[in-house]
Amino acid sequence: MALSRIWVLAEASDGKVGTTTLELITKARELADTVEAVYSGADADAIAGELGAHGATKVYATGDLGGALVGVPVAAAIAAQIEGGNAPDAILFGTSYDGRDVSGRLSVKLDRTVISNNVDLEVDGDALVCTGQIFGGATDVKTKFTGTGPHLALVRPKSFAAEPSGGGAAAVETIAVPDTGAAGTARITNRFVEEREGPSLEDAAVVVSGGRGLGEAEKYALVEELAKLLGAAPGASRAIVDAGWVPYSYQVGQTGKVVKPAVYIAAGISGATQHMVGMKGSKNIIAINKDAEAPIFSVSDLGVVGDVHKVLPALIEALKARG
Amino acid sequence: MNVVVCVKQIPDPAEPGALDPTTKTLKRDGKLILDESDSYGVEMALQLVDTAGGGEVTLVSMAPNSEVGGLRTALAMGAAKAILVSDPALAGTDALGTAKVLANAVKRVEGADLILTATESSDGYTGTVPEQLAGLLDLPSITFAKHIEIADGTVKVQRQTEAGYDDVECPLPAVVSVTAGVVEPRYPSFKGIMAAKSKPVDEVTAADLGLDGSQVGWSGANQEIVNIEAAPAREAGEVFEDDGTAFEKIVSYLENLKVI
Repeated sequence: MALSRIWVLAEASDGKVGTTTLELITKARELADTVEAVYSGADADAIAGELGAHGATKVYATGDLGGALVGVPVAAAIAAQIEGGNAPDAILFGTSYDGRDVSGRLSVKLDRTVISNNVDLEVDGDALVCTGQIFGGATDVKTKFTGTGPHLALVRPKSFAAEPSGGGAAAVETIAVPDTGAAGTARITNRFVEEREGPSLEDAAVVVSGGRGLGEAEKYALVEELAKLLGAAPGASRAIVDAGWVPYSYQVGQTGKVVKPAVYIAAGISGATQHMVGMKGSKNIIAINKDAEAPIFSVSDLGVVGDVHKVLPALIEALKARG
Repeated sequence: MNVVVCVKQIPDPAEPGALDPTTKTLKRDGKLILDESDSYGVEMALQLVDTAGGGEVTLVSMAPNSEVGGLRTALAMGAAKAILVSDPALAGTDALGTAKVLANAVKRVEGADLILTATESSDGYTGTVPEQLAGLLDLPSITFAKHIEIADGTVKVQRQTEAGYDDVECPLPAVVSVTAGVVEPRYPSFKGIMAAKSKPVDEVTAADLGLDGSQVGWSGANQEIVNIEAAPAREAGEVFEDDGTAFEKIVSYLENLKVI
């Protein structure tokens, strides 16, 4: 039994559709007869091909929002469609900054619950059933929507593989953004991109992350050097992001990025549930920590009980010696 | 400048979490503490009031069993007073229902210029409550703030993005969710701890806020838990003590994976 129609909130930057969006569209094909996207950038035509190639037949586009934060106007535009009779059975959002904003605002507009942190989805009758994980990923909880639709679900990145469907470009249909009054007054006045070298955390085949065990901010240079030698992306635990050693964009975990690289190296990270949620899907995990009881060793394939200040420099030298 | 901070009181994250076998919700019947994620909002609020040269910080919290442990911590940091919503009817309330409770409690605070929240709680982490709260109050909102300034009735925020951050601004009153690390939370002083004991905590029920089972509790959540099971566990591999040659093992492990 499949649902009739699912919408996916599409996110894109520089004309390229976000990976999570493509993952959700791919999964939605399995769950519903028709998959459509909702998009709030000015370049819907530019991404319609990629959305269509993954299975979305239509993209509802609000057009340029004039610098408004997307939550309020996009939720209002979706709610107006639904109130006008154009209602899907479910709407899927990636767990992103804007995904959370739009789903939260929309849940109030529609007075419908939104279920967060999902890693799997299925259909039971005419209801969406979500699988979420609690206790740092140790326990799976399946929750079924019981109210009338649309069912709103936030899904974590990398829960599904994105696969092309071979479909043609999605048809672009413009939808109106109603007047949002005082609530819609938040405006973006400037954008700042933090320069990063090497591959992005989400796409890297190898990730090297550092944690509090490094002892001081300056020692993060060891992580960066090792990452560079391995062509890896440098990452971090929440502890050292909160401490201001590295920018938030480096954070791997529940509140940061979800990564599933071929190799994940955790240096001086104890393995708080907050962190494990973001990395335990990695294919191979190497952990270096001085505390033999650290939870990180319960998920590592190769665990070194030792001092990162000795192991990392020795490893860096050995890799350099190989040329 | 009057600031309301929504704070959650949660089981100590250092203790292993557990589910109530009957209700299938997180067990929250023991002693609860201030969610560390909320200590940043409390500190931010105190600093903003200080900078403005007047006003006060009011806390709003929803918790079982008239719990005030975490509220006392935030009051000891310097908040002036608190509204606590505690009611057995609230067990099983979802994120939207929680936002309804918080929104109706916030409406009881007169002259609130700014409402601060964390981005998500450390125990339930749905991450939707701040935006739902703003929606219910029909206020503008800026989420994921890593820096906040107030000037001439406008709040200016550096908002986290995938790539870095955006400067975002909106007029007050507004709802802003703050990331961990936005400020360094102070430790309550002895004087603060003593003073907190006599600060007012106004305890109300769901009915006092005009909410019933169609909006809060399990009946208002529009969802049912159909299965709970252990996730497929990842097997721990080899763990060994470094004798000075651990780097060699790592190198050969990486070689086997053809990473190098």
